[in-house]
Amino acid sequence: MGKTITLSRATGVSSLPAPVRRVMSIGLKNVVVPLLGIVLFLGAWSLAARNIDTSLGQFPGPATVAQQFVSLYDEHRAEREKAEAFYERQEQRNAERVAQDPSYEPKIRDYTGKETFFDQVRTSLITVMCGFLLAALVAIPFGIAIGLSETLYTAVNPVIQVLKPISPLAWLPLVTMVVSALYVSEDPLVPKSFLNSMITVTLCCLWPMLINTAVGVASISQDLVNVSRVLSLPPLTHVRRIVLPAAVPAIFTGMRLSIGIAWMVLIAAEMLAQNPGLGKFVWDEFQNGSSESLGRILTAAIVIGFIGFLLDRGMLTLQRFVSWDRNSATR
Amino acid sequence: MEAIRNGFMAVVLAITTTMTVGSGSARAESLGWPEKEELTFGFIKLTDMAPIAIAYEKGYFEDEGLYVTIEAQANWKVLLDGVIDGRLDGAHMLAGQPLAATIGFGTEAHIITPFSMDLNGNGITVSNAVWDAMKPHVPKRADGKPEHPISAAALKPVVEQYRAEGKPFNMGMVFPVSTHNYELRYWLAAGGIHPGYYAPHKGDISGQLQAEALLSVTPPPQMPATLEAGTIYGYCVGEPWNQQAVFKGIGVPVITDYEIWKNNPEKVFGITAEFAEKYPNTTLRLTRALIRAAMWLDENDNANRPEAVQILSQSQYVGADAEVIANSMTGTFEYEKGDRREVPDFNVFFRYFATYPYYSDAVWYLTQMRRWGQIDEDRPDSWYREVAEKVYRPDLYAAAAKSLVDEGLADAADFPEFGTEDGYREPQSEFIDGVTYDGTQPNAYIDSFPIGLKTGDRL
Repeated sequence: MGKTITLSRATGVSSLPAPVRRVMSIGLKNVVVPLLGIVLFLGAWSLAARNIDTSLGQFPGPATVAQQFVSLYDEHRAEREKAEAFYERQEQRNAERVAQDPSYEPKIRDYTGKETFFDQVRTSLITVMCGFLLAALVAIPFGIAIGLSETLYTAVNPVIQVLKPISPLAWLPLVTMVVSALYVSEDPLVPKSFLNSMITVTLCCLWPMLINTAVGVASISQDLVNVSRVLSLPPLTHVRRIVLPAAVPAIFTGMRLSIGIAWMVLIAAEMLAQNPGLGKFVWDEFQNGSSESLGRILTAAIVIGFIGFLLDRGMLTLQRFVSWDRNSATR
Repeated sequence: MEAIRNGFMAVVLAITTTMTVGSGSARAESLGWPEKEELTFGFIKLTDMAPIAIAYEKGYFEDEGLYVTIEAQANWKVLLDGVIDGRLDGAHMLAGQPLAATIGFGTEAHIITPFSMDLNGNGITVSNAVWDAMKPHVPKRADGKPEHPISAAALKPVVEQYRAEGKPFNMGMVFPVSTHNYELRYWLAAGGIHPGYYAPHKGDISGQLQAEALLSVTPPPQMPATLEAGTIYGYCVGEPWNQQAVFKGIGVPVITDYEIWKNNPEKVFGITAEFAEKYPNTTLRLTRALIRAAMWLDENDNANRPEAVQILSQSQYVGADAEVIANSMTGTFEYEKGDRREVPDFNVFFRYFATYPYYSDAVWYLTQMRRWGQIDEDRPDSWYREVAEKVYRPDLYAAAAKSLVDEGLADAADFPEFGTEDGYREPQSEFIDGVTYDGTQPNAYIDSFPIGLKTGDRL
């Protein structure tokens, strides 16, 4: 130990104690290198952008995107102010009407103005979460069932293998028609468009969770199964105490795959079906074809990427939190 | 950037003030409260949707106690289906759509219109290559610029050349029963180019039988991109998609519909007959709001147009750049790059009784449906009159207009004399080919064209 210190003193490169050096090297690796990557990327992007001329003007560089982000935020603020004025006028109008027509039951209607970029982000997030949770509710119990029974697995496997690769774009028209046929109500709880997007997301992100759960359950160590047999645990307790904990890493791997797919599918579905959300925002801007459109589309694309990244990280954190095997997921 | 933002804030402020000031409601009792207060209206991203946007932004809908959500639609088919299945309460429609739906060409449904949205507003654009080829055939003025209106006769040799090379001459229009389809066909046929027939009784609804120029459907906002991709060589569409082609430098508008038929009726506001029956007060009130919006758009010699342009350029409405929209909305039209000409009546929203739903306008569209085979067999003149009366509802318009006049919100002189108006315009002859149109004689009119189906013809 003492020798090492002397050695490094002698080299003169780093006269700092070992822990500090280690922190520095970690810092170098985790902060400086990624930062360098980002800077290089931004540089390459803005260089490339300067050389691409489209019929809507120059391809947006990082500065344009930053500017568009600010202007989207300003629009959001302006729209909020308009919404407030809208509610005030509405209350006033309701009061006037009640004065003239006492039988009238005043009602506050939601703001009828446009959805801003940030509203669309929120809509998309809610949709993806609902679709994903619905998929998890179906896929995990079913996955456990087919993981436990080899017969069941053999029976459903061909069907799953065929359904799995179906593109969301193929599901979407079917979902739309079925939803509009079955979901009929005067005053619907949630809009049809929300259901369409959500169900499409569910259908597409079901499979990785299902398969991973099944595989995870099927490959539990025989020792654990034997323990359960020796203690002659009842089936539910067997699932709860032995199967679930053992399969958690595999289930979460499936969930992480699924949420990534869910997010990508959602954007495509919104774009195609014109359902509210980020996908619609991108498509609307494309249709507008104004000189700001490309900048806004790219801003949306980057936000989509960021959200996808955060969703994935969120899932990873959750997995670390519930899993007994901390090393099973690191990347 | 800063200027745009300030402009935007100014618009917002101006709107908020007008809204708070103009919310008198003494008139409410006499009209009856709206039965349905929350409405959703659809539109396609075109400048002629302006009355809807203005009625919303200026608070005219709210003045009527209507809470309206305005939604852009992907294409005309989606929009029509939305109105039919009730997802939309009403929409900015092509004049041919309520007529075609009611007579059962395409999706069948009884759609009516209490309000015509505008006159003119379309143009025909060809790609740069086609323009270069047709330019030598266009007569020049003394200053060297092309003499207008440009006839499709200048395009004919180009089409023939493409055909000789075995290349189909594809052109885009926005919908089989769109104004644009009929205008493009009218222009082509007037120049001796056959645009093709429909034969729905044989299941052929491509509209390309015997065609020299092949017309197909492209949604308006995608026109410039489709032209740029080379899928089509020209198109007929509403604004701003002709001016967009000039700005992008991908095509040249050759003619506006104003030059094909002076002050031709364009979009209408469509609702289902069921809606009008179930919610009479709502129908009346929304018509009032739209009339007020149209008045605002044409007020004081288009004085409000620059503000309208700012509103329309917002992303939830038309969303194109303000300068592109301004090009046509403020009375000028740019043909070849730099060849900017005055067309003061390019977009007419109110003057010349633009918003009154004339039966004769409906009949004109029906004659064109017959001319091109969408109506596959002869119909008596009385049939044209009956269909027009079933779809166009000047009675609803008159009730709304009268109530506005009574309240002092409009001037009776701006409307037709409702007591004596029979809904048929005087015979019109300001067409590019000089043929006279008399709405009371549809069959005689159909027979007067050299190209097109005539009495007795059936494919």
